[in-house]
Amino acid sequence: MKTVTIAKKYKLWFAISTAVIVLGIVLFIMNGLNLGIEFTGGTLMQIDLQQTVPVDEIKELLSTYELDPEVVHAGTEQNEIIIKTKQSLANEERLAIYQELMTSYGVDENAIRGTEQVGPSVGAEIRNRALLAVAIAAIAMLLYVSVRFETVFGLAAIIALIHDVLILLSLYAIFRITVNSSFIAAVLTIVGYSINDTIVVFDRIRENVKREKGTHFEIADISIGQTISRTINTSLTTLFVIGSLYFLGVSTIKEFALPLLIGVLVGTYSSIFIASPVWALLRHKIKSKDAYSSK
Amino acid sequence: MKGKETLLFFLIVAVIAGAVFVATNGVSLGAFELKSAGEMLNLGLDIEGGVVVVYEAKTEETGTDLERTMEQTKQVIGKRVNELGLTEPIITLQGENRIRIELPGVENPEDAIDVIGQTALLQFVLVTGDLPAMEGMDIAAIEYEPILTGTNVADAFVSQGQYNEPVVSLKFDAIGKELFFEGTSKAIDNPEKKGQIAIVLDQEIISAPYTEIVISDGEAYIQGSFTFDSANELALLIRGGALPVELEEIQTSVIGPTLGIDSLNSAINAALVGLALLVVYMLIYYRIPGFIATIALGLYGLIVIYAMIGFNATLTLPGVAGIVLSLGMAVDANVIIFERLKEEIHTGKSLRASINSGFHRGMRTIIDSNVTTFIAAIILFAFGEGPIKGFAVTLMIGIVSSMFTAVVVTKSLLKLSLGFSDRKKHYGSRG
Repeated sequence: MKTVTIAKKYKLWFAISTAVIVLGIVLFIMNGLNLGIEFTGGTLMQIDLQQTVPVDEIKELLSTYELDPEVVHAGTEQNEIIIKTKQSLANEERLAIYQELMTSYGVDENAIRGTEQVGPSVGAEIRNRALLAVAIAAIAMLLYVSVRFETVFGLAAIIALIHDVLILLSLYAIFRITVNSSFIAAVLTIVGYSINDTIVVFDRIRENVKREKGTHFEIADISIGQTISRTINTSLTTLFVIGSLYFLGVSTIKEFALPLLIGVLVGTYSSIFIASPVWALLRHKIKSKDAYSSK
Repeated sequence: MKGKETLLFFLIVAVIAGAVFVATNGVSLGAFELKSAGEMLNLGLDIEGGVVVVYEAKTEETGTDLERTMEQTKQVIGKRVNELGLTEPIITLQGENRIRIELPGVENPEDAIDVIGQTALLQFVLVTGDLPAMEGMDIAAIEYEPILTGTNVADAFVSQGQYNEPVVSLKFDAIGKELFFEGTSKAIDNPEKKGQIAIVLDQEIISAPYTEIVISDGEAYIQGSFTFDSANELALLIRGGALPVELEEIQTSVIGPTLGIDSLNSAINAALVGLALLVVYMLIYYRIPGFIATIALGLYGLIVIYAMIGFNATLTLPGVAGIVLSLGMAVDANVIIFERLKEEIHTGKSLRASINSGFHRGMRTIIDSNVTTFIAAIILFAFGEGPIKGFAVTLMIGIVSSMFTAVVVTKSLLKLSLGFSDRKKHYGSRG
């Protein structure tokens, strides 16, 4: 068993997390989130021009459409371009733009890599439904943990969960990562991973409360120490898979793996540095040691 | 006894390894052929490539009227898609007033959308102004009064008129019959006993016949200087254009076939590298249990994939996220047991006793953490939509199979492995 001092230093971890979240909120207020078209509505078009064309040339070529587009290169040799606009273009307009690009650069329809179009009202709807589902899931988990363990465990787990989502949002705001549909997958992964990780430590705390003597912080630290190699091994092995997807995958896969990567890292961090210290702190404040579930 | 345990251990290993091989490569023995799991699995459009279009109906209707309209819209779109000869289209109603069309592996996606999305609101109107309607005119140019819409047209086809010339025959449904009766009655309710009816497709007049009689039997024909082809074209427009409501394209996703395949291949290769790293790490860190975990994970993978195939579920990118997460949890279940095992060994118990109590104590943790996540998955499945559902499905399947493999495979193999090794060092204990 490893001896660790983590719960006792809770102020440090809370300060780190708070700093990240505050920075995130400041940047969020200043710049907002880099929302993908899934959330704002708009059109994304990707085409393989089989040559690297300067961004300005594309913008010049499409200037008559008045899209005010964002144009970026893609593909392994930067031969592809992605055109993003906040306008939700109808199919004829998209076809016209593709046609223009195809004739200008001598490529045919097979060069069209992909198109995404989302109407303005749909974005808000996708977001709201996702938020609702996650919120209900969080409440259900809170109930289960409260019943199986104790309300304080449930509360601590949910605080850790909210922390994770806030950190995730902050990281998205700080690094200007596009919030697209992968973001929803990231939130879901955090919810699942963080809770799973947290429960493992809580399970040990529950066991130790009955056996060990000491303050809540000491018990939390003993429990973290006993489970730390498990936490590290599980996170490492999961990160091997997600990390490979991120570092070896093509851009769509990268875009998809990044939020998962962040999700697992944040989930692991919070189960060690946030959830258990929060539990100890809450318990410490309540100052009653008799209400432990004996289940 | 020891020999038997060892034999059984390697038999189980061989069976699972064999099954993994079959699942990845498929087999063919004479007439018997089993496709690889990859070929049997339904891949989502975000992986395989294809088109997803969501249309929203522009209508004030509510309740059962809206339901009926949407159902009709679905049928008309189904017809159009079939006429395009596309394979395995999926057309579903979403919410109250939306329709979602998924076309896997379509070659010219943008063209397909063009054909399907032609809103083509078909109307029959009575021309009421002095200016006569003419083919090709915009309906805004004339004064008119609506008679009926495409919904009430049961059929339109080419037949032969009195002099064997091609005519377009129309059949209305019960309501259409009434409406057309009223319309034609009004049409001839003037001194000339003659009126003009215009057939309008998306604001454009496609035919403007005159009537001198009241048509009450719900059957009419349009005669004019048709050739067979032009008559057929008009019939097709009336038939195919019979969308009962105007549709707005609110969401489209086109994944070109090459983009999909590129993503899939790179994801598979990357995942293989990641899994190899995982296995190497587990072997180095946990030795024999690490090997057992690898075998258990092999079975976990098999169960997940064949369960997906069995439920006819579709694997999407968020689904992959669910699998990755549940894979992490499957590894976790094994790691929890092995760590407990190590602890038990440290207390000085025999290996066999350590395995039993380590497993027993580990299981409680595993059950609580898995049940909590499973609850989340159920809620996400019930309340989520589209990508969230896809995530929840694979997560649920993954959790169940990870619990099963941890309980059955890991435990049995751990016990059986005592047949060939009794050294605590082989179980990851460095103490």
